[in-house]
Amino acid sequence: MSAYAARYIKPNDRLTSFERLEIYNRQYWFRVLASLAEDYPGLRAVLGGRRFEAMCKAYLTECPSRSFTLRNLGAQLGIWLRQNPIWIRDRRVLALDMVRLEWADIEAFDGEAKPALRSEDLRKAKPASLQLDIQPYLQLLDLHYPVDDLLLEVKHGDDTPDRASNAVQQRRKHSRVRAVAKLEPAEMFLAVHRLDFSVYFRRIEPEEFALLTALRSGKTVERAIELAFRKSSVPAADRAAFVQHSFQTWAALGWFCRREANLRGKKVREERA
Amino acid sequence: MRPMAPNHPRRNLEHAITRSEGWETFPDPHILWERNEKVMPGNRFNGFTDYGIGIGLRAPHYDHILSRKPVVDWFEIISENFMIDGGRPLHILDQILEQYKVVQHGVSMYFGSAEKPDREHLRRLKELVKRTNTPWLSDHLCWGSVDGRYTHDLLPMPYTFEAVRLTAQKIREVRDFLEIPIAVENVSSYAEYHVSEMTEWEFLNEVVERADCGILLDVNNIYVSSRNHNFDPLTYINSVPAHRVAQIHVAGHSKFQKYILDTHDHPVIDPVWKLYDRAIQRAGHTATLLEWDDSIPSFQEVHREALKANRFLASKSLAVAV
Repeated sequence: MSAYAARYIKPNDRLTSFERLEIYNRQYWFRVLASLAEDYPGLRAVLGGRRFEAMCKAYLTECPSRSFTLRNLGAQLGIWLRQNPIWIRDRRVLALDMVRLEWADIEAFDGEAKPALRSEDLRKAKPASLQLDIQPYLQLLDLHYPVDDLLLEVKHGDDTPDRASNAVQQRRKHSRVRAVAKLEPAEMFLAVHRLDFSVYFRRIEPEEFALLTALRSGKTVERAIELAFRKSSVPAADRAAFVQHSFQTWAALGWFCRREANLRGKKVREERA
Repeated sequence: MRPMAPNHPRRNLEHAITRSEGWETFPDPHILWERNEKVMPGNRFNGFTDYGIGIGLRAPHYDHILSRKPVVDWFEIISENFMIDGGRPLHILDQILEQYKVVQHGVSMYFGSAEKPDREHLRRLKELVKRTNTPWLSDHLCWGSVDGRYTHDLLPMPYTFEAVRLTAQKIREVRDFLEIPIAVENVSSYAEYHVSEMTEWEFLNEVVERADCGILLDVNNIYVSSRNHNFDPLTYINSVPAHRVAQIHVAGHSKFQKYILDTHDHPVIDPVWKLYDRAIQRAGHTATLLEWDDSIPSFQEVHREALKANRFLASKSLAVAV
């Protein structure tokens, strides 16, 4: 490597060619590893600091940054971990859940927000033909562990001042290790959304997850409701109230927006009028 | 969460002059006072603006700025932090734009990289330019990507005539797309190439003449590079085409045993202020920005450090407040 560096880089009176190149090498790894550590504290807690750093180096060697922004550095991490399970072997499902949650957190933070539809807008439309869209920033996750609780605990622990003593840092580390170890699997559905520019994790029912997923895929409201209750244990008599409550809540949260086809349809009707 | 890394009424000119602590004499602000150098309120590379002393807009200062509304001539934003689709960073930026002037500074255009400018990058950048109404856009005279893979660093150029040609061409393309003046910043560096055919300042001159663009003169970077590469920083400053200087950066750095690292995490040292003084003598009263990007202290401390530039600006000439 020294000979390779010497072919391109001049030495100076203090540093060899390799040492001068090494400054950039170290800065590169310091920057990208710090970036991933900042964006994936939950995954770091699941894997442990050393394995996380080694995993990041392997990931970035195979999947170097292809974006002008460091924000997208972990965009392929979930897929890459599925393809390289050796890095998460004894906590595979937990690690994959966590990386999906942390990527959803990033997307929800600065994803696009379209003008929200309000309850009044929904009441005017016919369910059979109404096609709603879900806000681009809203992320829907089906998970196997309560990783939202774990991530919040990890982030809360990381909020303590940087100048905390070694003892405090050790306690923080042990607390994270215990939190990970005691986590029991539990199927759950999560909406990662944004309200007043802050990101929130909202647990939702399986029917709500199915309903929102169907709406996002372009189904009409009527069809999405059918799909949502296909395997549901919610009594038939309770379903109308269930749907009404869900829609009212989501409309209040600003989750609904117009689907592009609705806008085009409206323009055609205006032109014909 | 990283922010990365956002058309507003101009602030009243009576706030254009700020006082710094320890500035013992302050001439009547209503008198235009010419001494050895004439006032140069702006040039075509900074949109003929008369911006004074600015600081970087940084997340730790958001609350202070939005709640206390301090008097600041202008803020510099890192474009990449706001080239996003939505969310808090853009909301903060819009609030800042209601009350302050903002200038965009980029870190990933990589004028010196061989690839064509990325169209998605340019599209997002132009959207942001329209949002901020920045009078000029700056980015670095460096490379940092190969075959679509990014280093997220500002790598020094080989100072060759071929690199001049390609870099200037890319600057022109970006300028034509964005339709605002471009200023290229000299980077600090820790390595030099065997293939270089000229000095860094000769390379800078060649590029900006061929591209017909402005210069963001970073005097701290000149100092850092001069120590790492054993040249006289004044030679660099004296060689720069003064009429092309659109903006000046000052900053702190970190000194190690065998090199200096451009860390932007310390106050500006006196030798760098001396270079700033010389730059102002040559270029005149020029928009000046203090970069403090790591171990960021309070807003007041950063602003106080930036306002030290007034010591040098006042000794040359004084802009009038109307």
